[in-house]
Amino acid sequence: MKIKDEKSFDELTDKEYKYGFVTDIETDTLPPGLNEGIVREISRRKEEPEWLTEWRVKAYHHWTTLTPPEWAKVEFPPIDYQALSYYSAPKQKIDAPQSLDDIDPELLETYKKLGIPLGEQEVLAGVATVAVDAVFDSVSVATTFKNNLEDVGIIFGSFSDAVKEHPELVKKYLGTVVPYKDNYYATLNSAVFSDGSFCYIPKGVRCPMELSTYFRINAANTGQFERTLLIADEGAYVSYLEGCTAPQRDENQLHAAVVELIAHKDAQIKYSTVQNWYPGNKEGKGGIYNFVTKRGHCRGDNSKISWTQVETGSAITWKYPSCILKGDNSVGEFYSVAVTNNMQQADTGTKMVHVGKNTRSTIISKGISAGKAQNTYRGMVKVVETAENARNYSQCDSMLIGDRCGAHTFPYIDINNPTAQVEHEATTTKIGEDQIFYCNQRGLDTEEAISLIVNGFCKEVFKELPMEFAVEAQKLLGISLEGSVG
Amino acid sequence: MALLDIKNLHANVAGNKILKGINLTINPGEVHAIMGPNGSGKSTLANVLAGNEIYEKTQGKIQFDGADLDDLAAHERARAGLFLAFQYPVEIAGISNMYFLKAAVNAVREHRGEEQLDAMDFLDLIEDKKQVVKIRDDLLGRAVNSGFSGGEKKRNEIFQMAMLEPKLGILDETDSGLDIDALRIVSDGVNALRTPDRSFLVITHYQRLLDYIVPDFVHVMVSGEIVKSGGKELALELENDGYASWAGEEGV
Ligand SMILES: Nc1ncnc2c1ncn2[C@@H]1O[C@H](COP(=O)(O)OP(=O)(O)OP(=O)(O)O)[C@@H](O)[C@H]1O
Ligand SMILES: [Mg+2]
Repeated sequence: MKIKDEKSFDELTDKEYKYGFVTDIETDTLPPGLNEGIVREISRRKEEPEWLTEWRVKAYHHWTTLTPPEWAKVEFPPIDYQALSYYSAPKQKIDAPQSLDDIDPELLETYKKLGIPLGEQEVLAGVATVAVDAVFDSVSVATTFKNNLEDVGIIFGSFSDAVKEHPELVKKYLGTVVPYKDNYYATLNSAVFSDGSFCYIPKGVRCPMELSTYFRINAANTGQFERTLLIADEGAYVSYLEGCTAPQRDENQLHAAVVELIAHKDAQIKYSTVQNWYPGNKEGKGGIYNFVTKRGHCRGDNSKISWTQVETGSAITWKYPSCILKGDNSVGEFYSVAVTNNMQQADTGTKMVHVGKNTRSTIISKGISAGKAQNTYRGMVKVVETAENARNYSQCDSMLIGDRCGAHTFPYIDINNPTAQVEHEATTTKIGEDQIFYCNQRGLDTEEAISLIVNGFCKEVFKELPMEFAVEAQKLLGISLEGSVG
Repeated sequence: MALLDIKNLHANVAGNKILKGINLTINPGEVHAIMGPNGSGKSTLANVLAGNEIYEKTQGKIQFDGADLDDLAAHERARAGLFLAFQYPVEIAGISNMYFLKAAVNAVREHRGEEQLDAMDFLDLIEDKKQVVKIRDDLLGRAVNSGFSGGEKKRNEIFQMAMLEPKLGILDETDSGLDIDALRIVSDGVNALRTPDRSFLVITHYQRLLDYIVPDFVHVMVSGEIVKSGGKELALELENDGYASWAGEEGV
């Protein structure tokens, strides 16, 4: 018997990646290849001070001594780093855009299509609660609300501008959380990073709006290497959002970003990511390799850093947003939803390093796997000798949709102080045709059923996201999992 | 007009012929019971009616409330008022019973052209309906059927039926797993839901249930066919004689 279903499963799975279009724009791109000359050229084009050039070059030389990490549960052919181009900037009429009028209309159009308003009138017409720094390929193209933020002493804008306008701050903090020798991809990033966002919240300031960076990869055969540096000075508070998309291309593209967060005494940073890079097609062709190093340093007493991530895109995700809890009573949190469908692979998790006294950390990880995808949680809780009364609670839940996918959990625990209390819970749930039919029999169609089940599963993480982002994340999850049963 | 009209229904599961020409008519307000040995096809019939795609209808015609069931997907049948209380209700982790039911009730209400219930109205409805089968509050807050005992699952099925107010309730061995008191409570609940328009198809192995939920008709299913139909006294006969008289056919 053929039952007339709303849409066939195949039809749903083939649904196009909504952000897969390419913007036709003139770019200033360096030829492919990587050597000291290229590194110096990137630095020269960006008119960087010498110390930064030398820092890059040191990183480059260190990188040449490294081999890519192989411990993650992901598989991909070796990347030819000489075939990539390390710098691509949209050519603009005037070197640095002074206002939106100076920005190529094609670019503005792109961000409009992506639903990111860069025109301040548009933002003002709506509810202006988010300031956006938009990064197109390697370069920051627009920052909204810069002036409003300056009024309260907040510095927010592109990394390049910060290097020019606040070199002392950049020099003081760059590489202090993720040193250039940290790991293969972070070291590469240190050598070739082209732009990113910089943010400084001065003492005692509560940032009045959400700050947001929006990353877009457009050019083919380029890697994207941005760097984000965010400092919350004593008693400051900031909530920061990061979103990403890329065109649909048959080749894999490398995205190796670094994010460094520094929270001084009594400061709080909330960093949220909705990652929706192009995941490749159903057969696993194309898609972004998302190899990202994110780390926060709770430097002062009573400081707090929360990472919230919703990872639905990318062919491969390799990322472990971490917290070093150095200040006494400091708090680290990691809330994660990682969805993999079709041929996607994700190896993601966190590292909580307890150094100060009475430090606390919470890890809530929800991995959802569908199709033939592989989803791995990898986490480390480390308590060093000095960390009296450290507490950690970890909960890792996996959901399998259908029976061809895999979920794996690797929780590592390293305790060097007997007063530590560490708790770990893990569950695995299977969603199969039986569960879906049960929902159907109660009047819910298959899409509603999956979205209900998945959103229920993820609600502890979604409630950590700012409201608009939570809604977006729920929708995204629905789209990512369409057609995953059957 | 009949509420459910099944004509010459044949169905396969995993390539095996299970239902071999079922004919059954249920009028509004009637209660029909189906009894029959293990593996005779009772649950298969229930699943075919509910639109479970694992079960393949190969022949015949099923009319439900004026519609041809072939034209309706499982969720559309549910919205049209066909409810199946499962023999083995599945567990759905991560989503609370309440939240699940709210989505289900609103899906059905939308289909009927009724307004969506907000949280307050929904809670009122819950308060009202939970009396029907005396379901415990903590079961409402827990994930759907997750870690429920066998009897709690069955009771939850009838509670859901009370919430969704279907036209036809198919009860697949709702009595199995219920203790003596629970059997009485759940049966009373079903009886409370009986109206002149609402019909029931009750699948059971035990005459005892039919002492509580008194059927208008009893059918005996053996090897995918209805071999005998009668009034409620047929159930008593079966209780005494078993299915031995039909044993010849396939060595039941
Ligand atoms: N999913 C399935 N895959 C393979 N065979 C099945 C499946 N479902 C049912 N069958 C087979 O179909 C036949 C009828 O099963 P059905 O569940 O309809 O019987 P039943 O009358 O409800 O039995 P019981 O009284 O034990 O519940 C059985 O032989 C059973 O093994
Ligand atoms: Mg059965």
